[in-house]
Order: sequence, then structure tokens, then C-alpha cells
Amino acid sequence: MFWDWNYVWEITPTLLRASVVTIQATLLGFALAAVLGLVLAILRMSKTGWISVTAAGFVEFIRSTPVLIQIFFIFFVFPEFGVVLPAMTAGVIALGLHYGSYCSEVYRAGLENVPRGQWEASTALNLSPYITFRDIIIPQAIPPVVPALGNYLVALFKETPLLSAIAVLELMQTAKILGSQSFRYVEPITLVGGFFLVMSLIAAAFIRQVETYLNRTLRNPGGAR
Amino acid sequence: MQLRPLAVCAIVFFTAGLAVSSFAGFREFIPGLLQGAAVTIQITVGGCILAMVMALIAAMAKMYGPLPLRWLAVAYIEVFRGTSALVQLFWLFFVLPHFGILLDPLTVAITALGLNVGAYGAEVVRGAVNAVPRGQWEASVALNMPRALSLRRIILPQAFVAMIPPWGNLFIELLKATALVSLITISDLTFKAQQMNQTTFRTVEIFTIVLVVYLALSVLITVGTRTLETFAARGIARGR
Amino acid sequence: MTTPMVKFDNVTKSYGTLTVLDSLNLEIAPNEKVAIIGPSGSGKTTVLRMLMTLERINDGVIYVDGDPLTHMQKNGKLVPADERYLRKVRGNIGMVFQHFNLFPHMSAMKNCMEAPIHVLGLSKKEAAERAAELLDMVGLGDKKDQYPSQLSGGQQQRVAIARALAMRPKVMLFDEVTSALDPELVGEVLNVIRKLGTEHNLTMLMVTHQMGFAREFADRVCFFYGGKIAEAGKPDEIFNEPKEERTRQFLSAVLEAN
Repeated sequence: MFWDWNYVWEITPTLLRASVVTIQATLLGFALAAVLGLVLAILRMSKTGWISVTAAGFVEFIRSTPVLIQIFFIFFVFPEFGVVLPAMTAGVIALGLHYGSYCSEVYRAGLENVPRGQWEASTALNLSPYITFRDIIIPQAIPPVVPALGNYLVALFKETPLLSAIAVLELMQTAKILGSQSFRYVEPITLVGGFFLVMSLIAAAFIRQVETYLNRTLRNPGGAR
Repeated sequence: MQLRPLAVCAIVFFTAGLAVSSFAGFREFIPGLLQGAAVTIQITVGGCILAMVMALIAAMAKMYGPLPLRWLAVAYIEVFRGTSALVQLFWLFFVLPHFGILLDPLTVAITALGLNVGAYGAEVVRGAVNAVPRGQWEASVALNMPRALSLRRIILPQAFVAMIPPWGNLFIELLKATALVSLITISDLTFKAQQMNQTTFRTVEIFTIVLVVYLALSVLITVGTRTLETFAARGIARGR
Repeated sequence: MTTPMVKFDNVTKSYGTLTVLDSLNLEIAPNEKVAIIGPSGSGKTTVLRMLMTLERINDGVIYVDGDPLTHMQKNGKLVPADERYLRKVRGNIGMVFQHFNLFPHMSAMKNCMEAPIHVLGLSKKEAAERAAELLDMVGLGDKKDQYPSQLSGGQQQRVAIARALAMRPKVMLFDEVTSALDPELVGEVLNVIRKLGTEHNLTMLMVTHQMGFAREFADRVCFFYGGKIAEAGKPDEIFNEPKEERTRQFLSAVLEAN
């Protein structure tokens, strides 16, 4: 028999509980990525040569190497320097770091798309660089890139099964344990796949909604609501 | 892939140099790491080829295929983009044998990663084909060319140029994803690193070196696609 | 009376509720040169695009050289043409576009050889001879191996004309072929068209804003307005003594702009 519904009902509660861990890891990881990405993007735009080059090098380095190794690195290497992190924390940091690098490129595109005239007008009004950034540039730079950030949220979500490699009890790890207990891998792994597929499709549809909404409001800023 | 990769490379190889010099018994691990790197490269190359083939087929089926074929293509693209590469890998590795399909792990690895990246690639192909100006299709109609011919001789060669940079990114994603195959017992670079970590406990050095090897391979891909890009931009499409 | 080369029989084209062409009837004799003028949005470009089968028509039938173009005979009835039928009859027509639409990845020669080889089945040698001859004819004998991006707009448009002629069409369509050109390049393209008119037996339909050229070159001028032919006749009649108020307004507006 290829598919056993009784077994499916038996393992569903366990998998649902594990999915909470998956979602936690996703949200925490992305919160870190969103903040770190913005910081990296701003550092990268710095006029001080070595700051921008270092930030750029860091981003390129993180983007060019596998997340899995980065997870291992944080989980196994940090303790060597006395920083012992629980698996979940290490995993969240690694995912946040990895996707923060991706997000920084998105933010950068957003920041660069704000017309130069906005900076010049702010200078003409004698606004400090900090205020210009906070009140003039960021509010214009972020909304257009929200869909792109959303796509990385989904991408990060789909990478959370990697945390199974350092034994975080998220969906994949739970499925593997269930499989090894019952010698039935078909149901747990298929269910996990189905869960990711459904969540990703829902997220993609939601992002499309946000995109059309933004297209409408951004083209007509401050227009009739 | 945006930065002068060589500058980054220099910085990182400097760090790597420091790590290596502090790693006294490093020499005896070189053969193992090289073997692992060879497996990683093998899977990357195999996966890239499969991905390009699948991407082209799926994109063509989705855009021009008859209805059932179109649905099949959409299903393929959505399923493989909507689930994780690791889930797909495990599914092929653990579930297929239940259906009596026994593949060796290396085949599973290349198939899973190739299919995964191929699904993303299909959207790249589609985007590039759609970006070719409508006038090119109209000119082909005016010259009475059949659709397949205009696609093959007029549209795809132009789309090809636009596809190179995103494909470069996808190849790097694929290279990075090969690290996952260590989880289905293939002794690639990541697997070897894990193995050595458990036997030598030289954690810092091993993982630093492995990161650098992946970085070097990424840079190689970047430089390769850049070269192809300038070559193609000069040789195939001379702008319009 | 000879069969008209092109015949529009009650042809209607609309997008949703917007009617672009309203039951058009027009017959064009073999070897006749017809200029189509009119304000933008009057449906004049649509006439050419329908004839090139780039747009489907909603009603009516278009005939080319006596055969239905948009429809085919099936059990004695006319049904909308399928792709195979279209490919058979489309070969009678060639078109030159406003924005040239040359293939950017092919040299001038290759642009002119591609369709003759793959559609007409000519050998490479035959196609090359034909392409060379036509490029000579449009005055680009020395630019054969240049790519579109290496050519000026006027030169690109002349290559586009040669490319269309290489298919040996009976009807040539020119869709605002000089509108995208810098003023000093317009003349060289019009000269090629002039030459075509005298040296070849071709039926020509052109949508143009070059009133001087339309007047000198065309056998008949059709003024389109609001999806209909508002007035048609010999160039002298249309330009010297237009009967319709709309035609008069349009012509004086165009003359003023020049």
C-alpha cells in the first residue's frame, strides 16, 4: 500500500505542532533579515570607501556560500569562541544572516530608485542626513520593494527544513523521526511537501495582492482614498 | 553577483590563508576535501544541464503547449518552486523506493536539484521570451514564418542574451543547494567537512576552508557567466 | 473587369465595445498604389495589420487576388481561416513596419535570407543571390554584412524593404515607414519606394503622413476618419478640392504643422 490514511491522521497532530516551530523560525529569521538587510544596504551606500567595500564583500560572501554551511558554522564554530547557542537560535541567526544579505540588495535597489532630486531638495531645506534618511528617503524607498521582500520571506520559509541538519525539531526533522520510527516515509514527507506548497501558494497570492495594491497607491500617492 | 568578485576574493583568500596557516595538519585533509569538491562540482554540472533542459521544456509547454501539457508545466513549476529543495530531495530519496524506484543517491541528487532549479529557470526563460519586442513576432508573421521557426530562429536567440545573468544566479543557487546532498549520505564537500569535523575537531579551520572553496566555485561561475555575457552581447545580438 | 488584388468586403474590427473599423468596403486593383491618410486613431494602421493577418477581424471577409484571406472554403461555406490556411495565402503579402522590426541578431544579408530559406525553401546560394540583388537595389550593396545596430534608421528601413521583397509578395504594405526616422533620412526611404513603384509590378498600400509623397506617388488616396473611409479619390481631387469638411480640416491642420 502506497498511502495509509490512518497513519496520516495519526501523525498530523505531531506535524502541526512541529509546523509551529517552522513558522517561528521563519518569522524570527525574517525579522532579523529585514533589519540586517537595511543596515547592510545603508552601510553599502556609505561614502567611506572601506565601509561600503566591507559591507559589499560581506553580502557577496554570504550570498555565494551555502546556508547549510553557514548554519554549521554558527552552530559548531561559535562555541569554539565560547558562544554556545541553542540549535534553534543558531539556525535563526544563520537564516537571518543569509536572507539579510539578499534583502540588502532589495533595499539598495529601493534606495537607489529614490530620485536624486529628493536628496538635493532635502539639502536645500537644510535637513540633516539622518532626518533626510528617516523622513524623506526611507518612506519612499521601502513600499515599492515590499513585494520583493515578501518573496524572500517565502524563500526563507522554504529553507527552514535545513534546520533539521542541526536537529531543530521543525517539520522536516519531525517527519524524518516519524519516518524512522514507522519505516513509512511516504506520508510524513509528502505531508511536509504539501504544507510548504500550500503555504507558498497562499503567500504568493498574498504578495500579488500587495503588489497590485501598491501599484495603485504608489502611482497616485496621497490621492483620494 | 553584483560586485567586482575578484576584490572580495582577495579579502577572503587572505582570511583563508590565515586559517590554513594556523591549521598545521591541513595537508592530510586536502585529498578528502578535493574528493568532496569533485562530487560537488559533478552534481552542480549535472544539475545545471538538467535544469536548463527542464526550464526550456517547461517554459515552452507553459507558453505554447496544448492545454493538458500547459497544466502539466504549470504544476511542475508551482510544485517545485513552492516546496523546499530539501523536501524534494528527501522525497525522491525516501519515497521513491516505496514505489519500487531505486536510484543511486547521486542520481537522486542531480535529479532533485536539476528539477528544482529548472522550475525557477522556466520562469527566467518565460520572462526573457516575453521581453523580446512584439514587433519581432509581427515581422516573422509578415515573412510568413511558422511559429516554431520564428521561436527558434528569431525569438529564442534574442531571449538567450537576456537569460544569461539570471541563469548565472540560478547556477550559484544550485551550487549552494548541492550542500544539501550531504544529508542523503553523498560525500560531497559539506559531507567531508562534517566527517573531518567529527574526527579532528578542527572546526574553525575546516568550515572556514569549506566556505572559501564554495566561494571560489561561485566566483568561477560568476566569471564564467560574465564572460559569456560580454561574448554573447558582442557576438549574437548587437543591440538594436 | 479584372479581379481586384485586394478586396475588403464589409470588414469590421472592434476591441470590446470600441469599433476601430466599421464595415469597410474597399477594392484595390492589381498594380494600384493606394495611400491611406487620416488622423491617428482613425483605424488606418488597422487596415494594414488586418491584411497582414496580425489582427483578426470580427466580421466580413478580406480577399487577396480573388481568394479569401481571412476565411477558407469548407464544404462550400466560408469559415474563419486556421493557421495552416493562413500560411498558404499570407505569402502574397509583404509588410514594412514603422519601427523596422529587423532581427537584431542577424546581419542585413541574413535578415533578407532567413525567410526565403526556411519558408520558401530556397537554397542558401539562391537566397544569398536574391538578398544581394535586393540590397543593391535599395542602395545598400556595401552594407550587406552590417548588423541593424550599425545602420542608420533610413538604412535599417531600406533593409526591411529588401527583406519583405525577398519573399516576392504581390502586395506590399507600408505602415508609416518614415514616421520613426529623422527628417533628413526620410528621402532615401521614399526614393526606394518610388523606384519600386516604377520598376516592379506591385500593388502597394501605404499609411503615411507624408502628404507630398502621397500626392505624387499614389493612384488613389483614402481619407479615414472614425473607422470609416470619409473620402476617397484621385490625389488631385482629395488635395485640391476635398468635398468633405473633415478632410479639409485635416489637410489644413497637417499643412499648418509643416
